[in-house]
Amino acid sequence: MSDMEVMAGIMRDRILALLRDGKRLDGRGLEDYRDLEIKVNVIEKAEGSAWVKLGNTQVLVGIKVDMGEPFPDLPDRGVITTNVELVPLASPSFEPGPPDENAIELARVVDRGIRESEAVELEKLVIVPGKLVRVVFIDVHVLDHDGNLLDATGIGAIAALLSTKMPKVRYNEETDEVEVLDEYEPLPVRRIPIPVTMAKIGNTMVVDPSLDEELVMDGRITITADENGMISAAQKGEGGSFKLEEVIYAVDTSLKKGAELREKVLKAVKSA
Amino acid sequence: MGRPEGLKLIDENGRRVDGRKKYELRPIKMEVGVLKNADGSAYVEWGKNKILAAVYGPREIHPKHLQRPDRGILRVRYNMAPFSVEERKKPGPDRRSVEISKVTRGALEPALLLDAFPRTAVDVFIEVLQADAGTRVAGITAASLALADAGVPMRDLVAACAAGKIDGEIVLDLNKDEDNYGESDVPVAIMPLKNNITLLQMDGYLTREEFIEAVKLAIKGAKAVYQKQREALREKYLRIAEEVAGNE
Repeated sequence: MSDMEVMAGIMRDRILALLRDGKRLDGRGLEDYRDLEIKVNVIEKAEGSAWVKLGNTQVLVGIKVDMGEPFPDLPDRGVITTNVELVPLASPSFEPGPPDENAIELARVVDRGIRESEAVELEKLVIVPGKLVRVVFIDVHVLDHDGNLLDATGIGAIAALLSTKMPKVRYNEETDEVEVLDEYEPLPVRRIPIPVTMAKIGNTMVVDPSLDEELVMDGRITITADENGMISAAQKGEGGSFKLEEVIYAVDTSLKKGAELREKVLKAVKSA
Repeated sequence: MGRPEGLKLIDENGRRVDGRKKYELRPIKMEVGVLKNADGSAYVEWGKNKILAAVYGPREIHPKHLQRPDRGILRVRYNMAPFSVEERKKPGPDRRSVEISKVTRGALEPALLLDAFPRTAVDVFIEVLQADAGTRVAGITAASLALADAGVPMRDLVAACAAGKIDGEIVLDLNKDEDNYGESDVPVAIMPLKNNITLLQMDGYLTREEFIEAVKLAIKGAKAVYQKQREALREKYLRIAEEVAGNE
């Protein structure tokens, strides 16, 4: 048993006792999100980037835009891919090596939220139909893990996409050559999906779980919605179970909290 | 995905591409105790999905550092055969399989009484022999039967089913065409005795109301699947009873 898990056993009773009075270990209410700081354009070499601090959780998202072949079944769409690295610097529980199941789940849920809402206008990223399109890499580096990496990552990813400027390109049909220009254009982003995660501890649901809470939670549920109130991803994670009413509560909390978080994203992008 | 010109997922009579109605499940067949070596096993045919699940354990854990002094652990591997899909799938786990293995573990774990087996592991293996959309819910359904077959103490079976949106309508249990060309897929697993949801995922683009409707519909589907699970288990024991009677 790791030290973390031994601590969690002791912690669980304390957290449960507090929750019975509607209180949390760090003094928050059940529906309080932690302080959120967002800064965009923090990595000059990346076409887009965002640094997010959610409580003591820190993530850095970089966007690289390249050119490549489209998927054969989607010849007239650009490509986006999302990858998350849980680097060992961020937590004693992270180990070096290829992405583990936690990193993969994180990346795929964030990816679905963005992809399924069609947040990035992939149809505008075609250079030569069927042959050459823009390939947008969303790469997430987790820097400090204090819980709710999913929301921090999702917020960072959309903030970074909104800040992305890519060089214009011109295709010459006669020479079949692509010229990269010295001018820049913003990545076309039409929607702002925001994931909001709730943890279930005992019979209580709390928004934006801290690491202490995640270590003792039964399960979690994430709902990603955009500014139109449309849901583009949902994920129940870890063990535990939820009643239908709890799922609906998570949806409504996501719609409410997501609107507040979206304002913060927009403010950070505008002030850059 | 590029949709073939003129393809309608629901026709003017309200029928789907395979002739089903909106709230109709595909034909499902289940059989328990199909493998000799495994402690428990089950085979599920669900539409064109063909899925085999096996359970080993509770058994000793390797590597040992994974042991938990206060409980057993559950490990799940969801794997697709290379020939299970139209285009050959490269053998071994891809990112999708890794995620499905993880959420399947989360879907099954709440049903198991693992506290009774400290320092051990229960291993669940799900092999998709043929895939036609909905393999994760069929896999969870098969795995739950295999766990019961292995005699692992459980609070309840876990039954699973998906709902989704095609041509603007919420329907039950998408097949491959509907999944490819439809608008959304919402797989759900439940422990039916207490209506506890143990798996919930969604991709697509749905309003709040559509999402809730899809979850409710998937729960109904899972309850129908639950009845079939119970029948499959009962059949196995009736078969054994007959064999015993025949030997006397």
